[in-house]
Amino acid sequence: MLTDFGYVLLFIITGAIFVGIALFAAKLIRPNRPNDIKLMTYECGEVPFGDARVQFNNRFYIIGLMFLIFEVEILLLFPWAVVFKDIGWFAFAAMFVFVFLIFIGFIYELGKGQLKWDLPIPVIPEYQEGVGVIERDVHEKATAEPRLTAK
Amino acid sequence: MGMLDMKYRDSNIIVVSLEKALNWARKNSLWYEQFGLACCAIEMMATAASRYDFDRFGIIPRSSPRQADVMIVAGTVTLKMASRIERLYEQMSEPRYVISMGSCSNCGGPYWEHGYHVLKGVDKVVPVDVYIPGCPPRPEALLEGFLKLQEKITGETIIEKKETEKKSDKA
Repeated sequence: MLTDFGYVLLFIITGAIFVGIALFAAKLIRPNRPNDIKLMTYECGEVPFGDARVQFNNRFYIIGLMFLIFEVEILLLFPWAVVFKDIGWFAFAAMFVFVFLIFIGFIYELGKGQLKWDLPIPVIPEYQEGVGVIERDVHEKATAEPRLTAK
Repeated sequence: MGMLDMKYRDSNIIVVSLEKALNWARKNSLWYEQFGLACCAIEMMATAASRYDFDRFGIIPRSSPRQADVMIVAGTVTLKMASRIERLYEQMSEPRYVISMGSCSNCGGPYWEHGYHVLKGVDKVVPVDVYIPGCPPRPEALLEGFLKLQEKITGETIIEKKETEKKSDKA
C-alpha cells in the first residue's frame, strides 16, 4: 500500500515521463540547422563583446541590503493594513515603533556615510571670447594653462 | 538533431501525415518578431491591437528571434540596420519566414533613387516570403499578407530537396 509520500513519488515520476515525452517528440520533428550566427549570444542583433561576468561595484551591496530591508517592511505593511481596523490604535503604535526603528537605522547609515560615493569630478567646458571652447579641470590649479580643444 | 526533418527523399505515409500535422500547427501559431523600423510599425501595432486582433489567427508578438517564427520587417531598412536584420534572421529557429511590410522594405520606397543610406529592398539581405505593398499598408493588408503566408505554409514539405533544386535555391 502506498503512503502519502508514495503518491508524491508517483507524481514526480509521472512528471518526469511527460517531460521526457515532450522533449523526445520535439527532437523527432524539429529542424536542426545550427550555424555560427545562430549559436551566437543574442544581443538584439549586435555582435556580442566582452564577458557576461562583469564585476559590479560592491557599493551596490549596501544599496541592495537597504532595498531588502525596506521591501520586507512594506510586505509586512500589507497584512497589517488588512487587519488594521480590527486591532485599532494598538496596531498603529506597534507599526509606528517598527518603522521608526528601521528609520533610525537608515539615519545611522546616512550619518556613517555609507551612501556616499566618490563621484568623478566633471570637466566643465567653458567658452572664452576670442579663444573658443576650453575644458578646464576643476582640480587643476588656477595658474595652470587650460587645455584647448577647439578654436 | 531532427530525426525526421529532411531525412526522406520521397513521400511516404510518415511524411504525409506528419506534414499535415506540422503545417497545421505552424500556420496557426505564427509568432512574429517585432521589427518595427519606421511608420509601418504603427500599423503593425494597430493590427495587433483589439480592433484588428492578430491574436485570433494565433499571431503573437515576440521580442526575441529565438521564439519567433516570422519576422515582419516593417519600415525603412537603413544600411546600418541591414546587417542587424541579417544577423537576427539567422538567429531565428527554423522554420522561419519573412514578411516585408511596406514600400520601403519592399524596394526602398521613396528612397529608391537618392536614399544614400537606405537598402533598396530587404530581400537583398534576407529571403522574403510575402511582400505587402503600401505606404504604409493598412492593417487589413498585413492580415492578408499573413493569410497568404498561411497558404504558403500549408504547401510545405519536409522531404529533402533534390540536388538540382538546392543549386537553383542558392543561385
